[in-house]
Amino acid sequence: MANTLVVAELHDGKVRKATLSSITFARQLGGSFSILVLGAGAAAAASEVTGYGAAKVLVADNTSLKDYVCERFAPTIAAVAADAHAGFDTVVVTASSYGKDLAPRVAAKLNAGYAPDINAVVVDGNRRVYRRAMFAGNAYGNCEVKTAVHVVSVRQTEFPAAEPSGGASAIENVALAPADPAASRVEFVSLEHGKSERPDLGEARVVVSGGRALKEQFAQVLDPLANLLGAAVGASRAACDAGFAPAELQVGQTGRVVAPALYIAIGISGAIQHLAGMKGSKTIVAINKDGDAPIFQVADYGLVADLFTAIPELVSELKRTTA
Amino acid sequence: MKILVPLKQVADPDNANKIKVTAGKIDTTGLAFKPNPFDEYAVETALRLTENAANTKARLGEVVVVAFGTKDVDVMLRGALATGADRAIRVDATDDALDGDLVARALKAIVEKEAPDLVLLGKQQVEGDSNQVGQLLAEYLGWPQATFAGSIKSEADKALVVSREVDGGTLNLKVTLPAVVSVDLRIVNPHGVKSMHTAAAHAYPEGVRFAALMAIMAAKKKPFAEMKITDLVSDASLKVTYGSAELPPARKAGIKVKTVAELVEKLKTEAKVL
Ligand SMILES: Cc1cc2nc3c(=O)[nH]c(=O)nc-3n(C[C@H](O)[C@H](O)[C@H](O)COP(=O)(O)OP(=O)(O)OC[C@H]3O[C@@H](n4cnc5c(N)ncnc54)[C@H](O)[C@@H]3O)c2cc1C
Ligand SMILES: Nc1ncnc2c1ncn2[C@@H]1O[C@H](COP(=O)(O)O)[C@@H](O)[C@H]1O
Repeated sequence: MANTLVVAELHDGKVRKATLSSITFARQLGGSFSILVLGAGAAAAASEVTGYGAAKVLVADNTSLKDYVCERFAPTIAAVAADAHAGFDTVVVTASSYGKDLAPRVAAKLNAGYAPDINAVVVDGNRRVYRRAMFAGNAYGNCEVKTAVHVVSVRQTEFPAAEPSGGASAIENVALAPADPAASRVEFVSLEHGKSERPDLGEARVVVSGGRALKEQFAQVLDPLANLLGAAVGASRAACDAGFAPAELQVGQTGRVVAPALYIAIGISGAIQHLAGMKGSKTIVAINKDGDAPIFQVADYGLVADLFTAIPELVSELKRTTA
Repeated sequence: MKILVPLKQVADPDNANKIKVTAGKIDTTGLAFKPNPFDEYAVETALRLTENAANTKARLGEVVVVAFGTKDVDVMLRGALATGADRAIRVDATDDALDGDLVARALKAIVEKEAPDLVLLGKQQVEGDSNQVGQLLAEYLGWPQATFAGSIKSEADKALVVSREVDGGTLNLKVTLPAVVSVDLRIVNPHGVKSMHTAAAHAYPEGVRFAALMAIMAAKKKPFAEMKITDLVSDASLKVTYGSAELPPARKAGIKVKTVAELVEKLKTEAKVL
């Protein structure tokens, strides 16, 4: 029977919704699971996850964990995971930039194999096969971890957010492990966060995404549409590199992976690396003036048009038909 | 500053949609092989950190490149030498006898021998998309890590300010060397790397540099060492193994609509997403 440690991800003192995908993964393994909430303010956040059926909600709340530095977070995760009394055999984090930075370092401490950014797990008795997207999502590889303890990061878009199961898990404080000696050589300077009223890219029901074609009018053209649809805004790498959109909007193999109910790709050619980040969307719309653009190969609805006329027209049509 | 840059050769990422699965295995036959783009960026970063952009011929430090692979990867290593790296090491290995953990353990042995100030590598190789070697190596060495670097500034020879690209923003760290830094796409923007040797206002051309023909010839004389993985680790076992592979489900073909009105109509009545 599995005994899984779910590492919650905190942001601004709240549990990130992505954590609920890790809980879904833990439930799929069967057996029991506990949730570790660590960071400054973890004690207050812990109550957010007591209703999901965890054996325990473990809390490491300390001011030294105010800002994320891997060398300060990984030791406590590894120490909790290695606690012989608890007997965890699996550690799971979300495949966010936080989880991806942290998980290998935790795995190395536990002498554990690491299955990164998985999109499914098949449990067959004692055997577990992890499926993951490789080659920018053009092939799925099935891997097995050969060590007693497994470290896994899960792709949020492939594991639906867990629903509360009722009950109230017991909250228990755990000791903070000493920071890695290397922590003395790394200093947190600052976190620059794009302030936005919009939903997070990973959580939005609708994503409006723009490419290089939008030029300096990126926000001017896309904002009215995104506002109307309550959508998150995404971008291609080319749009980010050119400075038309901030880097954190990049969707793709090396940006955010999204799978909203509706993805609208505007002036995006549809390079492999971009498709890797949005192919899992339920409905895809592409608007591009080049009818042969590869984006049309994955689009449910394609419109060959100049975006500078099509998008304002789309905005007024939406207003007209919903009014 | 002495910098070690691990490089992996990968199937041409721009043709990744031509990947086949034959007898349950990923099949890359017919594809060209190229350096992992992130590793090319890491080499470019290493070169920018060890030169004054006003005279790129003089290396102010040392750049050593290392690859795990068969003789097929020699071209890639020679290419890195031609653009300015000083020495190359090839560790003989095939991909199916490697996992990220073994690569990291073997790199640790190389680091202990070479004693670089910095290991600079790609944040992920675009075959496995696994994003782990840098972090594993940092832990095995007991060094600080700064992953997904979108920009790097060397203030003094032993300290770097690294801007990490994280979900929703940028996280800035100051690391004291030796350290492991993995690079992201925007590191090769004109101002991605600010070296203490180069005038602050200097703008590099976007992307990576290409080798001149003369340099390609000269690179043939640069030191090129070969070793076996068992020279580096006593235990070459894998922690993660890959079994079968499959192609992802194809999306069913969509339709082209003629007008914006038709698009809205379809989204409302057919897809029911509005
Ligand atoms: C290692 C690596 C990682 C990468 N990772 C990512 C990633 O994560 N995400 C990502 O997006 N890319 C990534 N890329 C880049 C990717 O290969 C493409 O270069 C990029 O996606 C192209 O962006 P684009 O479609 O906006 O630009 P372009 O390819 O320039 O396409 C612009 C499109 O706009 C259309 N257009 C132009 N004018 C108009 C108009 N007036 N109206 C309508 N349409 C118009 C054109 O027909 C064209 O199809 C990566 C590349 C590498 C090498
Ligand atoms: N076989 C290899 N040879 C050399 N470097 C490698 C190899 N595999 C991974 N790396 C390095 O580790 C980085 C991260 O790879 P990965 O963690 O496998 O996604 C790559 O960008 C390379 O710099």
